[in-house]
Amino acid sequence: MIAILDYGLGNIRAFFNMYSRLQIPVRMASLPADLEAVTGVILPGVGAFDWAMDRLNRSGLRVPLEEAVLHRRVPVLGVCVGMQMLGHASEEGKLPGLGWIDGTVRKMEVSDRLPLPHMGWNAVRPSKEEGLFKGLANSSFYFLHSYSFSAAHPEDVLAQSSFGQDFASAVGRENIFGVQFHPEKSHRFGIRLLQNFAQQSC
Amino acid sequence: MLRTRLIACLLVRDGGLVKTTAFREAKYVGDPLNAVRIFNEKEVDELMVLDIDATALRKGLDYNLIGKLAGECTMPLCYGGGVQEIDQIERIIALGVEKVAISSAAIMRPKLVHEASVRVGSQSVVVVLDVKKGRWRKKWELFIHNGTKPVRRDPFECAQEAEENGAGEIVINSIDRDGMGSGYDTDLLKRMRQTVKIPVTILGGAGSYEDIYALDQEFGPLGAAAGSLFVFKGKYKAVLIQYPSEEDKMRLLAGRVISQN
Repeated sequence: MIAILDYGLGNIRAFFNMYSRLQIPVRMASLPADLEAVTGVILPGVGAFDWAMDRLNRSGLRVPLEEAVLHRRVPVLGVCVGMQMLGHASEEGKLPGLGWIDGTVRKMEVSDRLPLPHMGWNAVRPSKEEGLFKGLANSSFYFLHSYSFSAAHPEDVLAQSSFGQDFASAVGRENIFGVQFHPEKSHRFGIRLLQNFAQQSC
Repeated sequence: MLRTRLIACLLVRDGGLVKTTAFREAKYVGDPLNAVRIFNEKEVDELMVLDIDATALRKGLDYNLIGKLAGECTMPLCYGGGVQEIDQIERIIALGVEKVAISSAAIMRPKLVHEASVRVGSQSVVVVLDVKKGRWRKKWELFIHNGTKPVRRDPFECAQEAEENGAGEIVINSIDRDGMGSGYDTDLLKRMRQTVKIPVTILGGAGSYEDIYALDQEFGPLGAAAGSLFVFKGKYKAVLIQYPSEEDKMRLLAGRVISQN
């Protein structure tokens, strides 16, 4: 059972519909009890960093989420701002992040010719075509962001993309994963990635 | 490499999809959710849904429909129409919409753009400017309320102001080219590109995939949006949703022209 963390923002319905179509058991998690007996958690995120962190902190779900991810080692997938929340802090805000993956979130550095936000479909180059990226060697995903995750340990970077310069489009350590792009909005590539995540989870 | 986004723009009126010509003569096109399903299958880059009566007729926002659209889309969605307050913007984003388009409110109350960018992040704030350039006029004029109400403000100044306030994208919509299929107003795009650094999307006038190709050649990567091109076929405007395949898109944007119809 995959749980989609419902803390009042993000494309929870899009994730729900994708998993339903894949016939993978899925539920929305808006109460602590909803995180019991799950095999994977999606941490969606859109909007500004502090707005998202604040909503998570006030949702009553942070403690049960940490219990699931850090103690029961349930796989978690942070999406977009959800990935950024895995770090210690972000230049976009003042609130501390979850600090599950060693790194911070920085404003992307681009030249004059490239506008921010980084918006649209871009190629994603996984370091290994396995796990989350099984069958996704040549794939492109939809991005919408101005900040990116700067991982402290290069081995935590699972995939890179390029916009002006290379940046981490996916990170992962043990049971904790994050993708900067929107798999729930990336057609068949996203469907495959969400399916791969579910397979990691069982 | 980031590539040009081919955006399908759908107009909603009374819960149904319509397509206009020069912002008038709304023709019924079909059910929005059904259209979204077809666009999903066709793997459209991005979808923009604009409720064209919401502001002009002071109707409330149809959150039920917005939520259903967001849940159905397997591609990013931008919603616009009737957006006047920060609470509405937060609610739309919370429903799973990636971007909110603000038009008249962004022009009349620029602070809303700032507030929105702080609350939901710049990347989710789109400012739509409806502009008209008559055949004999030299300047582009700005309109609100479905192109019915002129605003005595320079569209480029407005765009610059929106950028300063934290907008993440400007959509310029040519009223006089809407539904004409006569090609994009590239002068308008050029001028807007010189004005702001944030991504610019142009809407209005696309008559063929070649128009998009030409735009990409000159300005890419950018947002190229179209309505009629993706929902009508032939000169009698039979309703048929069409969109280039992934292969065609790659070819189109890599420099080889493909023909349509």
